[in-house]
Amino acid sequence: MKIHEYQGKEILRRYHVPTPEGRVAATAEEAETAARTLGGTLWVVKAQIHAGGRGKGNILDPHTHELILAGGVQIARTPEAVRELAAKMLGNLLVTVQTGPEGRIVRRVLVEQGVEIAREFYAGMLLDRATSRNVMMVSTEGGMEIEKVAAETPEKILRVSIDPAIGFRAFQARRLAFGLGLSGTAFKSAVAFLQALAQAYDAVDASLFEINPLVLTKDDLMLALDAKVNLDDNALWRHPDLLAMRDLDEEAPLEIEASKYNLNYIKLDGNVGCMVNGAGLAMATMDIIKLAGGEPANFLDVGGGASAETVENGFRIILSDPNVRAILINIFGGIVRCDRIATGVVQAARNIDMRVPIVVRLAGTNAREAGEILRNSGIDFSVATTFKEAAEKVTRAIVD
Amino acid sequence: MSILVEKKSRVLVQGITGSEGTFHTQQMIEYGTRVVAGVTPGKGGTEHLGVPVFNTVAEAVEKTRANVSCIFVPPTHAAEAILEAADAGVPLIVCITEGIPTLDMIRVYDFVCKRGVRLIGPNCPGIISPGQAKVGIMPGFIHKKGTVGVISRSGTLTYEAVKQLTDLGIGQSTCIGIGGDPVVGTRFIDALRLFKDDPDTDAVVLIGEIGGTAEEEAASYVKKHFPKPVIGFIAGRTAPPGRRMGHAGAIIAGGKGTAVEKMAAMKKAGIHVVESPAAIGITVAKVLGLETQGQQRPARKSKSAVSRKKTAPKARREKSGSPVRKKAAAARSKKGKTGKIVMPPTRKPAGKKRKTTSR
Repeated sequence: MKIHEYQGKEILRRYHVPTPEGRVAATAEEAETAARTLGGTLWVVKAQIHAGGRGKGNILDPHTHELILAGGVQIARTPEAVRELAAKMLGNLLVTVQTGPEGRIVRRVLVEQGVEIAREFYAGMLLDRATSRNVMMVSTEGGMEIEKVAAETPEKILRVSIDPAIGFRAFQARRLAFGLGLSGTAFKSAVAFLQALAQAYDAVDASLFEINPLVLTKDDLMLALDAKVNLDDNALWRHPDLLAMRDLDEEAPLEIEASKYNLNYIKLDGNVGCMVNGAGLAMATMDIIKLAGGEPANFLDVGGGASAETVENGFRIILSDPNVRAILINIFGGIVRCDRIATGVVQAARNIDMRVPIVVRLAGTNAREAGEILRNSGIDFSVATTFKEAAEKVTRAIVD
Repeated sequence: MSILVEKKSRVLVQGITGSEGTFHTQQMIEYGTRVVAGVTPGKGGTEHLGVPVFNTVAEAVEKTRANVSCIFVPPTHAAEAILEAADAGVPLIVCITEGIPTLDMIRVYDFVCKRGVRLIGPNCPGIISPGQAKVGIMPGFIHKKGTVGVISRSGTLTYEAVKQLTDLGIGQSTCIGIGGDPVVGTRFIDALRLFKDDPDTDAVVLIGEIGGTAEEEAASYVKKHFPKPVIGFIAGRTAPPGRRMGHAGAIIAGGKGTAVEKMAAMKKAGIHVVESPAAIGITVAKVLGLETQGQQRPARKSKSAVSRKKTAPKARREKSGSPVRKKAAAARSKKGKTGKIVMPPTRKPAGKKRKTTSR
């Protein structure tokens, strides 16, 4: 699960990872009040959306797409300026390299005290899938895209692998801090920072921490100036407080709707809708649609226990996408019986206005009976036997 | 032959009395798997589906000499179930459960490695050696006994591939679903090592997907150490970056783990990469130079001849052509390399053994 920067920093502070003082605001007035409460002479106003590249992004008018403000992260020298900047951000679109051209509406801003920066670093923690262990990484190249650093100057990334039996140790933190060229108070601050970071990661079942930049202030303190915190979806059941941080505004409405019915749906840009059981087969179905000349409109895994209701809900979700011009149903009946799926498909077709051609391919358990149910339904399904035939039929359907 | 599970495997089911556990245990028994015990804490001393139920794995192993555990425990307790089985010394653990927290799995993986226990999964359909035993949830009837090994991160896509093989008359030695999570007990490379030593596996189908680098690792292993032909497919060429495609592990992160990269690595390693998921079976037939039973015969001869030329001599060398040498190879591998996993029960007399399992 992705969360906002202000929520990520809230989590970090709970585990004594230093961050700048900040307040979140949903209105321009709240932003001004936040600045006054925080005090000081310099503030940073940061648009909160679930995407990176905010500083280099553009704030646009959601209707006219006119440029309102260049940069989703701004500096203000008075509380009034904080209010003005917040007013320009809130309710408008922020378009970054990660959001795509459609951008995201800014619904909250984070107001933080300005920090006097001496140096910028990077710190990250994540799973290294090659070793099945977590790694802690640091780099002197703060503020840069870490993927770019890894590709161009990999020697500038220092990493330690964390043995799950003993956890992240002080000697590892020291090795990383020395590696950054730190000494004295700055060194001590970095060691404490990294240890607290590792503790927070474990405590909240994180799947990614990215502190970029991690800054050294003029008074030799390490601070998380930015924080990208992702949480492990599989572990949210033991963190109800963190589950409450889910922001539905950041998710596509159709995907939220689908999740209510236990459907795993991801909207894409194509014109062939698909409904499949199993994630791997669903991806392969998308791939074969493309190979046959179509473009997949979605990923939809109806899961292992696909029933008539699941199928009907799946249809509704797929058809809510106006780009869909044909639907391919590809179910491999193992435990799920194909005849039951076929009954569900027929029932759904009677209940819903099927405005597009439907190609059905049911293989596995009771596939023959399923074919008969579809053929005898009086509804004009296009029935395919093999995977390949199904893809060709659905592509023909969008061409016709 | 086969790897990991065989006719003699003595299977225990953790979570046997749950709805999933009950349904699939029944299916496994119907397939001919020797299910010798079940474990549900608090229900020890009872019987379920004619199988004795125990409170702990340790007790179940002691009483029934179970040497494979199949886990149908909900994700909140599944990591604990794996640890319990590993601690009880079960040499092969198959965890079907989806949704185990990653941090739990990191610790579990470390523990099973230290104990020298093989874990398959989690979040997987299990393992089947057709005609011998099925430990998992795959539909048994689509499989056919034969000499092609299958390794896959997926469930239903594996069934699709297996059905394509079976429809063409190509049987399988063992099919392993290694699971769709970012941390799994057995990776492609581990499964390939097992198939390498199996004298009756002639070729391997490797079904990968986006996310991670397990396919790249497998490709480099194949290039250096794997003499049998490998046919590969990667799902998710059309998947957008940064989105989790159903499986927790199926995500392109930081620009890494794309299908294109994986396919390129596989091609470079000499793996026969299949572009279309509908052509997995036919490609295997071509690579093996088989006359297929089905109507979908290899269309063009030229391509199959080329690929055969590339792989066949190597494969033959490994397979040890004469029957005598083949037997010797089989004996060797039974004793040494695969012996640790497939444990033929040797200690007790046959009569007693039959008594504990016949129902």
